[in-house]
Amino acid sequence: MRRTAPLSLAMIALLGLSACGSGDTGAGGSLQGEGSGADCTIPGPVPVGAALSLTGAAGSYGESQRNGLELAAAHLNEQGGVTYELTVEDDQTDERQGITLFEQFTDDGVSAIIGPTLSTTAFQAQPIAQDAGVPVVAISNTADGITEQGEYIHRVSLTEGQVIPQTVAAVTESEDLENVVVMYSDDDAFTESGYEVFAQALEDEGVEVAETLTFSVADTDFRPLLTEAAKAEPDAVIVSALIEAAIPLVTQAREIGLDVPIVGGNGFNNPQLMTDAGEAAEGVVVGAAWNSAATQNELNTDFLAAYEAEYGKAPDQFAAQAYTGLMTIDAAVRAECSGEPEAIKDGLGTIDGLDTVLGSLTINDARDAEHEAVVQVVTDGEFVALD
Amino acid sequence: MQQLLNGLFVGSIYALFAIGFTLVFGILDRLNLAHPSVFAASAFIGIELVEVAGLPWWAALPAVAVVGGVLGLVVERVAFRPLKGRADAHFAGLISSIALGGMIIALLQWRYGPDTRRFPAGTFPDGQLELLGARFTILQAAILVISVVLMVALAWLVARSRLGRAMRAVAENPTAARVLGVDVDRVTATTFAISAALGAVAGALFAMNVNSAQLGMGSAIELKGLAVIIVGGMGSLPGALVGGLLLGVAEVLAVQYIGSSWRDLVAFALLFGLLILRPQGIFGSRRLREV
Repeated sequence: MRRTAPLSLAMIALLGLSACGSGDTGAGGSLQGEGSGADCTIPGPVPVGAALSLTGAAGSYGESQRNGLELAAAHLNEQGGVTYELTVEDDQTDERQGITLFEQFTDDGVSAIIGPTLSTTAFQAQPIAQDAGVPVVAISNTADGITEQGEYIHRVSLTEGQVIPQTVAAVTESEDLENVVVMYSDDDAFTESGYEVFAQALEDEGVEVAETLTFSVADTDFRPLLTEAAKAEPDAVIVSALIEAAIPLVTQAREIGLDVPIVGGNGFNNPQLMTDAGEAAEGVVVGAAWNSAATQNELNTDFLAAYEAEYGKAPDQFAAQAYTGLMTIDAAVRAECSGEPEAIKDGLGTIDGLDTVLGSLTINDARDAEHEAVVQVVTDGEFVALD
Repeated sequence: MQQLLNGLFVGSIYALFAIGFTLVFGILDRLNLAHPSVFAASAFIGIELVEVAGLPWWAALPAVAVVGGVLGLVVERVAFRPLKGRADAHFAGLISSIALGGMIIALLQWRYGPDTRRFPAGTFPDGQLELLGARFTILQAAILVISVVLMVALAWLVARSRLGRAMRAVAENPTAARVLGVDVDRVTATTFAISAALGAVAGALFAMNVNSAQLGMGSAIELKGLAVIIVGGMGSLPGALVGGLLLGVAEVLAVQYIGSSWRDLVAFALLFGLLILRPQGIFGSRRLREV
């Protein structure tokens, strides 16, 4: 029963949307503005749809993302010239619901779509926007191949392939890594691809891999593997695993006396690691796209203050990426001073060195974002930037 | 040495789980496939007892055993007793217990959601022990001791007590036992309750050992439990003990000498090889069937 209530609510909301949405299409003329860049003025509000996982397994990410987007919309509308009409809908962490929302948005004639939260949903839903010619900005998807779905699909979130090499390089330098043990679950596509990036990055950095140990995603007892790992006396243990395995793995490593740094992939980038593994999480190194303390610029300071004032808590990476997503769309709109989907798509292609809360952001030819990653280490129960 | 101990710790949990499995099989000739679900349910209930009721970890174990015993009675009453008169009672019970196991998991998911659950921080003592250069926690040592004590107690119960005599009589011939005044229904229900209580303690210990409980943890150990009772000799209690420890050690040695990717393959191949050498299992006796 728990699931039915929000579902039916969402259905009612969707019906309501479709009823009033169809009237808005064709009002395209009002999206053509005058002036350029910061002086650009567009008469009508630019409609932007966001499909986020507000409920279900990824619900905690979706909520941060909604906050980030709404804050960005408020800031942009305050600034004036171009205003945005942001519609946030819940995909319930369900691929089918994601498809329905994308169909809804394209039928309603939005100028751009943000989301969805998870890569698996993105693969299913994005082709709809691609076929309809509506630009998409992915704000949290890290899987390979997201932007390969078509020339309308862009993203501002870094992939594992971008974050991991920067992480490995930073740790190699700070910890003088020479000899490591690599562990990964070999029956999961996400962790296996993470492992491949790690292996390549370690080779590029000239770090020797003493041993590579594999386990299953369902495993929870890692003591035999960790005992093997400890025998190699590594400078660090490199792990590509989901958070479910990461927590017992880290706890048991400390238990058997393996106190070297543990370097994790994106699966480790989760505050649950500190809540559940407690002190054992100290010294775990994880790369990320953003960390509240790491990016020092005026935009970021303002963002932190505004977010805390609005929501009474510090933003996380998902909020920062969502905020950047809408800001990037704004930059694209202003580039051609038009809120039309085609113009936004062209504008996104010109984003180069845009100042964002994530740092200087460029959208490359593959329509993926490039910016500096943040390497974090768990210290006193919190992620702080690695020196 | 460290690896051998690692193997014994995990093996003792396999053994405790398998011994509950084999008890029902040995005495009642039934395979209860709801056993893995009881294993998972008790892990979640154990966490809730510690988290909400504030019990220390060791006090949660007897409570979990009681809950497990009640679940065992339910399993017997719902999945086995209504079908006992059927000619195909073996298979009917096997299938209905799978169904009941699925229902238990569904109830767990409804109650606790799909996420992994853990004991609250500070539940377990921090201390570490050292033996011949191997390090382990007090909790791991306690798990091994509790498992072995429970298994020895069970062996004593079956061999020496009045209830145990009745159980063995039922195992030999239910009809004859009934004629001799044994309450077969009660013995059957008690056997299920004891079996499930052991499975429940195994589940709670497993969750403590790795500090996590997942909905799928029962199905992960189910195959290992079946392998253990086949290798130990179907229905043999000491066989399940030795088989469980053997599987735990085999897994660990496979990691050490062959490679982690081959762990399950090597462990199961070893057991399979053992079966070829000794088809009746380590402690099994060849059963003569009269036609």
